[in-house]
Amino acid sequence: MSAARPLPRLEPDNRFFWTSGEDGKLRFLQCSDCKTFIHPPRPICFNCLSENVAPAVVPGTGVVDTFTINHQKWSPNMEVPFIIARVAIDGAPGVILTTNIIDCPVDAVEFGDKVVVSFEQQDDVFLPLFKKVI
Amino acid sequence: MALPEAYITGIGQSKIGQKTTRHPLLLTTDAIREALDDSGLTLADIDGISTYPGKMSGYLGFSPVGCEDLIDALRLNIRWFNGSGEISSQLGAVAVAAHAVRAGAARHVICFRTVYESAAMSRPQDYPMNRAPRVEGMSQWTAPFNATSAVTWVAQYAMRHVKKYGMKREQLAQIALTDRKNAMLNPRALVREPLSLEQYMEARMIAEPMCLFDCDRFSDASTVLIVSAGDALGDVKCTPVRIAATAYQSDGRHSWDQPEVMASYPTGAELWKYTDYTAKDVDTVQLYDGFAFLTITWLEALGFCGIGEGGQFIEGGHRIALDGELPLNTFGGQIGAGRLHGFGFAHEAVVQLRSQGGERQIKGNPKVAVAASGGGPLATALLLARD
Ligand SMILES: [Zn+2]
Repeated sequence: MSAARPLPRLEPDNRFFWTSGEDGKLRFLQCSDCKTFIHPPRPICFNCLSENVAPAVVPGTGVVDTFTINHQKWSPNMEVPFIIARVAIDGAPGVILTTNIIDCPVDAVEFGDKVVVSFEQQDDVFLPLFKKVI
Repeated sequence: MALPEAYITGIGQSKIGQKTTRHPLLLTTDAIREALDDSGLTLADIDGISTYPGKMSGYLGFSPVGCEDLIDALRLNIRWFNGSGEISSQLGAVAVAAHAVRAGAARHVICFRTVYESAAMSRPQDYPMNRAPRVEGMSQWTAPFNATSAVTWVAQYAMRHVKKYGMKREQLAQIALTDRKNAMLNPRALVREPLSLEQYMEARMIAEPMCLFDCDRFSDASTVLIVSAGDALGDVKCTPVRIAATAYQSDGRHSWDQPEVMASYPTGAELWKYTDYTAKDVDTVQLYDGFAFLTITWLEALGFCGIGEGGQFIEGGHRIALDGELPLNTFGGQIGAGRLHGFGFAHEAVVQLRSQGGERQIKGNPKVAVAASGGGPLATALLLARD
């Protein structure tokens, strides 16, 4: 996957998330009052309606919830096959991240695999990709 | 005072083509003309318009015609209209038209969906995609991981069925095989060549477990349904089909990747709350198949089988065949007839309930059908009945 990825437009709501990897840490928005995690980020907590929400560091590990092996080249220079997975984020109950599982053969991924974040920087964006925990 | 019922009183469809040169507004008026002829109504009777998702100037292939174009081109005198993309899915445009006529906001509503994706791709100079340099909104959570196509999102739900419930490719194949078989009996269908299980099994994978034949094909077409108020049926000459129930139910997450299950599941369960009919009464189902696995989710969601049992339910294809106990996508679905984007399912339900299916007509005087559209956070179910 050497081809350039479509990158997110950085806005006030999402900038902390997409630049979080600059110090190697993964962050999600959390309600400072009831500790509920809110993803995608919104300026209000759905659980207690508090507006006191702020990015919080999570351990950076997770569990593969489901995945697909993508074979189709969606752009001319895309290297295939590769894994697209949903990862359930440790320390942030209920939060799922769509991501890629990298640095392993595509047939080596299973539901329940433990994975750890590995940031890939493109321009000003730090993409939270994941690797298997061996 | 009880509200009047809502009925589908006319259906129409343009030619379904690829690399079409006919203007997309004219595809739309082709379908409108056929629907008016069918219903016996004239343009002067039409006082409502509803479409999905409205004209998309930056992506004209996806939606080249909106309410505004149509109202002015035909000088329609409109009391109510809707052209919203933020709605429960394609057939949401029909559901809200039913609500509108029941509430008295309109008497006869033209509901339409016009697609021009093949034409636009073949003539990008005329139909450029306005691509922003960066992604935003919901797609920021998928596109940066090269999960740009919805097939990669659907595939992850399908993989759960493979891993948790043992769904096999031979089972999933029955959606495409059934669609393609039925399409051969539909003179308007886009793909009218047979597909064998062997061909299916050898097809290249797109996003596992979904292969090439699990995906619909871009087409150019317009489909129209006229929705009328029950107290306005005196104007209508055809056999009306009652919209016996409509449903959309969210689980609180409007997202492709956060929910545990797609919105089709709560929506399918919700549908039966508004009717005395049950799943056992249904004579035919026309269920969204933009990607084949979505059809399996609808079969489970509507209660025709248990959650996780969809693969077994369609195994061998007999049950969902034209002469089976639950004929599915009798016009060929989007995989066989072309990517009509949701409206084709309601159109075909009406064809079958009026016994106008010709070679593909199911037997046994069908009276009740379900048409459903959508995947992920999008879901609309319609229960249609000929009283
Ligand atoms: Zn809170």
